Amino acid sequence: MTPRRKRLFMVLGAVAGVGLALALALQAFQDNVLYYYSPTQVAEGAVPDDDRRFRVGGLVAVGTVERAPGDMTVSFELTDGRENIEVTYSGILPNLFREEQGVIAHGNFGADGRFEADEILAKHDENYMAPEVKDSLHETEWQRQQREESEGQGGYGEEY
Amino acid sequence: MTAELGQIALILALLVSLAQAWFGLAGATRGRLDWMHAVPGAVLGQVFFTLLAYLALTWALVQNDFSIAYVAENSNTDLPLVYRLTAVWGAHEGSLLLWCMLMSFWTLAATRFSRNLPLPFTSRAIGILGLVSAGFILFTVLTSNPFERLFPMPGEGQDLNPILQDPAMVIHPPMLYLGYLGLSIPFAFAVSSLIGLESNTTWARWTRPWATGAWICLTLGIALGSWWAYYELGWGGWWFWDPVENASFMPWLVATALIHSLAVTEKRGAFRNWTVLLAISAFALAILGAFLVRSGVLVSVHAFATDPTRGVFILMFLAFVVGGALALYAWRAPKMPPGGGFKLSSRETFLLLNNLFLVVAAAAVLLGTLYPLFLDALGLGKISVGPPYFNAVFVPLMLPLLVFLGMGPYARWKQADGGDMLHRLWPFAVAAVVFGVTGTLLLGGNAGVMVLAGVVLGAWAIFSVLAEPVDRIRKRGLRNGLGGIPRSIWGMLVAHAGVGVMVIGIAVVTVFGVEREVRLAPGDSHEIAGYEFRFEGTRDVTGPNWDSIQGQFQVTRNGRDVTQMHPERRIYRARPDPLAQVDLHPRLRRDLYIAMGDYLGDDYWSIRLQYKPMVRWIWLGAIIMSLGGLIAILDRRYRLGSGKRATNGNRED
Repeated sequence: MTPRRKRLFMVLGAVAGVGLALALALQAFQDNVLYYYSPTQVAEGAVPDDDRRFRVGGLVAVGTVERAPGDMTVSFELTDGRENIEVTYSGILPNLFREEQGVIAHGNFGADGRFEADEILAKHDENYMAPEVKDSLHETEWQRQQREESEGQGGYGEEY
Repeated sequence: MTAELGQIALILALLVSLAQAWFGLAGATRGRLDWMHAVPGAVLGQVFFTLLAYLALTWALVQNDFSIAYVAENSNTDLPLVYRLTAVWGAHEGSLLLWCMLMSFWTLAATRFSRNLPLPFTSRAIGILGLVSAGFILFTVLTSNPFERLFPMPGEGQDLNPILQDPAMVIHPPMLYLGYLGLSIPFAFAVSSLIGLESNTTWARWTRPWATGAWICLTLGIALGSWWAYYELGWGGWWFWDPVENASFMPWLVATALIHSLAVTEKRGAFRNWTVLLAISAFALAILGAFLVRSGVLVSVHAFATDPTRGVFILMFLAFVVGGALALYAWRAPKMPPGGGFKLSSRETFLLLNNLFLVVAAAAVLLGTLYPLFLDALGLGKISVGPPYFNAVFVPLMLPLLVFLGMGPYARWKQADGGDMLHRLWPFAVAAVVFGVTGTLLLGGNAGVMVLAGVVLGAWAIFSVLAEPVDRIRKRGLRNGLGGIPRSIWGMLVAHAGVGVMVIGIAVVTVFGVEREVRLAPGDSHEIAGYEFRFEGTRDVTGPNWDSIQGQFQVTRNGRDVTQMHPERRIYRARPDPLAQVDLHPRLRRDLYIAMGDYLGDDYWSIRLQYKPMVRWIWLGAIIMSLGGLIAILDRRYRLGSGKRATNGNRED
């Protein structure tokens, strides 16, 4: 084989390989993208009516975490300050799951129309909130007062 | 006082690193010997001042000086001393300080071990490292000052994040940072060689030990992070394809490609341009990783709480470093000396394939990590890409790579003899297939093609390594045969065997692992994989800065006691959230794993029980790979004083 043909052969091989890998990657990408919706978007019906899993995020609404005694299944509401969405989950909740904590739930609507989560994410740093959740929060009047109070005090804790 | 001292030291470190950059780069350009000889002094200054700043923060943490914001946020009067020492890298600002200090240590090492290299080359490289250091220190001073005062001073600190109060966290970040920062040296050497146009083989020989050294640290750092996540996060997962993990994995993939490409450039002079590009990309990805982790754009279990101005700074820095290096590359690459030719069937081709697969894999990971960010930045919706994507792309790319991994070392440079390779390797290939098939059958029978492929190829990676020593012993006897193998070859063989060990672990634990979330009341028991876990109740335990409820489990197998296990649900007093402290019963062939979930009422607890066969092999494999790297670095020809002689001695391979 001449050096020229050899080089051509190698370049063609490399291009074919990379092309194949790219095709694989894009296919896998298509199949595995998870869309994020805020509770308001869910209430407005933005979620397509298919079996695809999606993600929904918000703060765990105060006083909504319920569990029948001795049962693994827990239900709670996620809020973005405007709308709430009811979520059920059967399994162990993450360490940082609690009221008013920003969490993201992965899952889909069940037969009864409630959101059934198969995965709940809460972050390991309590000051950290997933950007999606942060963006979709609507400030309630109560939260605004809280914020202004803490800003007024120049208090320790909020700022950092 | 301590805070101000630290602050001043940091600013002086910035000035000294700028001096280092000036003396190095300008000195080499203008041929000023006195300037070039001033470079090592500047490096020492940088080490001194960053160390001083680091010690100042450490001292403030030891003293619990809560007038410093960082200390107030990350320490507490109850926090044990060892975690006050490691709290330096427990959050963003302090970890940057560690980052700057480790950067100065690498620079010092590069200065020390390059004394026998041509002065202009070294001066330029160290000057470039000075620019990089200056960028990092400037970033710390401008956006993330760890010495910021807090007024009024709080009476008590918020305590270190509980999940960072852990032995693995003591070494994971420093090791990972050493890996990231170590990549700055191949980068600086590559850029320096673009300016000076050193010959391919010498430049590659100087660069190889540094690239391998950084790769060792990166390998160990990632493995430590994986191990930590496995037992600390309570899910029993060892890799989540989480964006922050990907941020460390991309530089690792490219660094792995780099150490292989450097081998070709050193031995044959070929792939010079490609190797330079890899050296630039590896360091660029390391900075990109820092950006992703610290800018707050990511959703991740590991992300720091941060603000966007930091992200902007790192992006600008990245643009400066990579843009500058690539512009230089575009200008100088055509002037670089050409490399040696080779036939299609040759070791060069195998190493090219290695590079192709690793770089495509890195690109696929990059796509999955960055695409959601781009989409979000353009306002086109918020998406995320889960582990199925990464598995679907990554696994098919790695399988052929493993096949080639066994063959490559037995192909000759320039032109390989296929018949000879077949002759040498077929017994080992047969052994790998037999081992893989029987092993899979013994473990659990019909489990699918993927696990079979994984175990067979893992075994292939391990067995194929034996062909070299076996051949040598056959030809020259035990003593001379084994003694004649140079350390760089030993290193490669050991590292390849480590890959095999890891792949077997991954395949087995992924397919045969069992995980159950169950509810148990005292007296209940549950069986998985032949192990019976009996829940005997809970008791209260008190630690230095936490209280916990500890579950009591008796584990039996076929009626015989195996062990007692005590998972906990801990509450650190300074923080509101409970933390699951898992208990493990680790063995080389399997781990048993219990995590306590929530109290469900009526005496019931939610409990996660796991059976993890061969999960240890994953980290063991990483350790073996690193060990291989270490052996390779110790090869004689990298001892630069005796450079020429050693090179001749190794020509036979």
